[in-house]
Amino acid sequence: MLGKLSLEAIPTHDPIIMTTFAAVVLGGLAVMGGVTYFKKWGYLWREWITSIDHKKLGIMYFIVALVMLLRGFADAIMMRSQLAMASAGAEGFLPPEHYDQIFTAHGVIMIFFVAMPMVIGLMNLVVPLQIGARDVAFPFLNNLSFWLFAAGVVLVNVSLFVGEFAKTGWLAYAPLSGLEYSPGVGVDYWIWALQISGIGTTLTGINFFVTILKMRTKGMTLFRMPIFTWTSLCANILIIASFPILTATIALLTLDRYLGMHFFTNDFGGNMMMYVNLIWAWGHPEVYILILPAFGVFSEVIATFARKRLFGYNTMVWATVAITLLSFIVWLHHFFTMGAGANVNAFFGIMTMIIAIPTGVKIFNWLFTMYRGRLEFTSPVLWTLGFIITFTLGGMTGVMLSLPAANFVLHNSLFVIAHFHNVIIGGVVFGMLAGLTYWFPKAFGFTLDEKWGKRSFWCWIIGFYVAFMPLYVLSFFGAVRRMQSYANPEWQPMMVIAWVGALIIAAGIACTVIQFYVSLRDRKQNQDVTGDPWDGRTLEWSTSSPAPFYNFAHLPEVKGVDDFWTVKQANGGQPPLSEPPYQDIHMPKNTWEGPVMALFATIAGFALVWHIWWLVAVGSLGVFAAFIARVFNEDVDYYVPAAEVERIEREHRQRLKQKGELAYSTRLGVQA
Amino acid sequence: MSRTPSLRKLGALLLAALPLLLAGCSSALLDPKGQIGEEQRTLILTAFGLMQIVVVPVIVMTLLFAWRYRRSNRDATYQPDWAHSNKIEAVVWLIPCVIIAFLALLTWYTSHSLDPHKPIAADDGQEPMEIQAVSLDWKWLFIYPEQGIATVNELAFPEDTPVRFRVTSGSVMNAFFIPRLGSQIYAMAGMDNDVHLIADEQGIYPGRSTNYSGAGFSGMTFDAHVGSEEDFDAWVAEVRESSRSLSFPEEYYALASPSENDEIQYFSEVSPALYESILKSFHAGGEHAEHMAAYADERQGAHGHGGGHGEPAESHGASPSTKGAE
Amino acid sequence: MATDTLSNHGHAHGHDHHDDHHDTAGTKVFGFWVYLMSDLVIFGSLFATYAVLLRGTAGGPTPGEIFELPFILVETFLLLFSSFTYGMAVLSMNANQAARVGRWLWITFALGAAFVGMEIYEFQHLIHLGFGPDRSGFLSAFFTLVGTHGLHVTFGLIWILVMILQVKQKGLTGVTRPRIMCLSLFWHFLDIVWICVFSFVYLMGVL
Repeated sequence: MLGKLSLEAIPTHDPIIMTTFAAVVLGGLAVMGGVTYFKKWGYLWREWITSIDHKKLGIMYFIVALVMLLRGFADAIMMRSQLAMASAGAEGFLPPEHYDQIFTAHGVIMIFFVAMPMVIGLMNLVVPLQIGARDVAFPFLNNLSFWLFAAGVVLVNVSLFVGEFAKTGWLAYAPLSGLEYSPGVGVDYWIWALQISGIGTTLTGINFFVTILKMRTKGMTLFRMPIFTWTSLCANILIIASFPILTATIALLTLDRYLGMHFFTNDFGGNMMMYVNLIWAWGHPEVYILILPAFGVFSEVIATFARKRLFGYNTMVWATVAITLLSFIVWLHHFFTMGAGANVNAFFGIMTMIIAIPTGVKIFNWLFTMYRGRLEFTSPVLWTLGFIITFTLGGMTGVMLSLPAANFVLHNSLFVIAHFHNVIIGGVVFGMLAGLTYWFPKAFGFTLDEKWGKRSFWCWIIGFYVAFMPLYVLSFFGAVRRMQSYANPEWQPMMVIAWVGALIIAAGIACTVIQFYVSLRDRKQNQDVTGDPWDGRTLEWSTSSPAPFYNFAHLPEVKGVDDFWTVKQANGGQPPLSEPPYQDIHMPKNTWEGPVMALFATIAGFALVWHIWWLVAVGSLGVFAAFIARVFNEDVDYYVPAAEVERIEREHRQRLKQKGELAYSTRLGVQA
Repeated sequence: MSRTPSLRKLGALLLAALPLLLAGCSSALLDPKGQIGEEQRTLILTAFGLMQIVVVPVIVMTLLFAWRYRRSNRDATYQPDWAHSNKIEAVVWLIPCVIIAFLALLTWYTSHSLDPHKPIAADDGQEPMEIQAVSLDWKWLFIYPEQGIATVNELAFPEDTPVRFRVTSGSVMNAFFIPRLGSQIYAMAGMDNDVHLIADEQGIYPGRSTNYSGAGFSGMTFDAHVGSEEDFDAWVAEVRESSRSLSFPEEYYALASPSENDEIQYFSEVSPALYESILKSFHAGGEHAEHMAAYADERQGAHGHGGGHGEPAESHGASPSTKGAE
Repeated sequence: MATDTLSNHGHAHGHDHHDDHHDTAGTKVFGFWVYLMSDLVIFGSLFATYAVLLRGTAGGPTPGEIFELPFILVETFLLLFSSFTYGMAVLSMNANQAARVGRWLWITFALGAAFVGMEIYEFQHLIHLGFGPDRSGFLSAFFTLVGTHGLHVTFGLIWILVMILQVKQKGLTGVTRPRIMCLSLFWHFLDIVWICVFSFVYLMGVL
């Protein structure tokens, strides 16, 4: 009846898990009780869960990402604590069975359920506004994508309390992840969490690719698009081309595990090297899916706060395109030590280091954007400066790893760990936090507290160096990744320093949490009445904050790069306001089918993990039925009456008048 | 910046770490004991040095530009529409291109000269000694085909002798690595991989699997004893005194059963072509699977402490012993 | 007058938005193209996998021993002919003949169903002989590649049924027309993939 599931699946013997479980249950009950008490279920359902508004979806992606960041970081702290203790025969507090799940979960969560939703959330929030569109090309799919992603999140979190998670490392290399060597349900949780959320990601990729190509406002030619939109376009191309490989690879592993097939088994003609190749054919583009949009954020931030045009716009675009293409022909550098011949290794090594050229050019372009600018040290700028320095160092160690002959001694060591945290923290995390601070007012109508934002930055950057520089050093001592304990006592001091670094980063995360609290408390003082708090350059700043659900009362017309800035300059530093007459606006309606499909997908995923076949049938039929219902639903759009638009726009103008707010530049008296 | 208390903490920490950073003599990669490792150290340092041509100016320019063009500095030039310069563009493309071109040449050359499959040319033209390394759950089996002996978790060979390690796995993927000597290589079931290494100095060099392979991975370590020819002969003689033999399939599969943190073991007699038999067991239909099943009972008796990769396939649920905590 | 979020070209729109979603239709069909390209990547991965595992027969049968070309040829012609009949359905749609669209869709459905039926027969025949997908890496790859295509055709069949129903209910509208176009792309796409399967798997396997 319940497949492999029984009460024994709940780890009642483990105090760490049970305490967490109790906290989650109590917290969940409190939230649900609160929602019930304040009668907010209807509001949640109508305004958020069923919403197709790209801005709200973006916000939801970010909320989930931040919650998962806390979980992924708890894993990180536990790993660093374990390694600070488990030296010279000491076992530490985490036996291998626990420790192996933790580093697997840490990697999976941080990449799939923190970095990806941050990147996709930011694309959701910003891209339609930047191209002057009212929504994405396929609003229903956008909602569905989010909920499929959420289904993956739910499965990963359920694995903490019911059963176990994979003990294989985040990419679940076969044959370790095969049935023979991982008979438990951990890998199955990994499979279904990634498969379901991965399909959501593919749909997002298609959606935003079409949105950017088809939904741009009048005059927004490709080479007038903001850089963030450009990098998003390239990231989505990478999603479309690479995520299907992940889908296929996971499906093959599934067949191995569920139907006894032999794709990646050691015997019966299977080939585990194929798994490694396939997973990295997706995995390498994946890191560029994360970093390219971060590059976009830095480009927007640096130009805005230096109050200067981005240096070398065309170069920036072509460098992005070059990185996009190159990212597909470097995957083998993840396993030079597999024993391919010297020619193959040399080819992939050289291709990898060629990526350093366009990346280096980008860095110089950011530098020369500051040059002869008027740089204001806001927290997004601090993140950007921290990024340029940190990422340059990370790029350097990346090039060192790309030399096959050097890789033979650096591979699998802590050097690799230090390198990719160097670029992921220094690039993606800094980028997303910069983007969050930069676009936060557009989403919520008030700016984030700068003091706590800067404190967060200093903790993060110092914490990063303290945590990861020792790992570079340790790699030269021969320390490898994924060790649960080590015999050599000489390594311990470095491990303790790294642990201190992790604590400093924890303080940085705490600063961000406090920043949210303080900003919410002081939202009246920090209100963004103009909709253009930073004297921005691109279209998203031309509408009010938070942006109305239809984004633009009149669709803007664009005549060049940084059009909004140019218009403001011509208008004495003031942005022009929208004027009547208004027209009816055609908008998509909210959808119940997206969340319901994802709910059934979650049920099906859980049932598949535990081999509860009748429930698999229920889940799958539910997904199918909800989809068919969607297909037959013709009540999917409506018109916002012109009078309603006029009312909303009038209110915005009145707020402006009341506050006597002028545009930022006029306020500061800064003029070109 | 200077008022940030965490910065002072950082300074103190760095000061404490400095002696360790400078302690190059205990750093395996910076103080290698073999020709391959030495060439790799030179390569790493060369690449590191070359890249400073870009890294240092970038960091200096970042700080310099950010400070010079800060908003409050009214003395600095402000050109809000200046966004293009052919000269600068040419330079910022050219410099990375030149450096990468040089690194590419270096890559091509070293990928071939340090190819793990390439035999090391010995001064007197002697053939390399062959040692076969098999990764098992979770220990290393070393087979000496010329001497007809085998060991678990201990390696010995004479100095100044090129050694060809043939590397495979009897289980999941691992990697064979002796940091002081250089290159690692993956150990994969059914695949006959190899890496050529040489030790120029006597000593005991720690080695290990670097590729995560499951619960007992952390304990998959061994020591490589490098001594004189006589030392090696004495070691071989010692192994030959062992009463244990390693026959294929019975004793091999008993050994192959999962176990963690294994003691050093010596085998004075080994099935001929043991290494090839292990390789072949994965090539035929299901020989490996059959043997693993057939010797399961025997293994339970022989290795009571064996952990195993998880619970037996019949009872899939999480049992108390395998539940993790995050 | 109204502006349209779904097309963004500021086209004039009446409130009767059933028949004038031309730009939306264009976006939909383009989006579907992009989806097909991503699906092609899945098939590409499976073809690559098949090529790698071709020799992984593990003592089991080789391609030449289990493929029966005449049988597969019949399957192939069924599918090719169904592409033709689907083309006729599209021509009927362009001529605004809803009833004929329905008829051609039924014929397409019958041909597609026959194809899937033959494939199921082939699979169960092989499994009956002991050559199931768990016999060897090669057979795993074969069943998965061909089966994935078959699964796509099955979804195509369900989609055809839905379209038959919708054309009957609603006629040829701004909603059903782009869907018929997308399904057309899907069906021809599967045809092309099958031609690759036929030549790469069956023909090269036997020759």
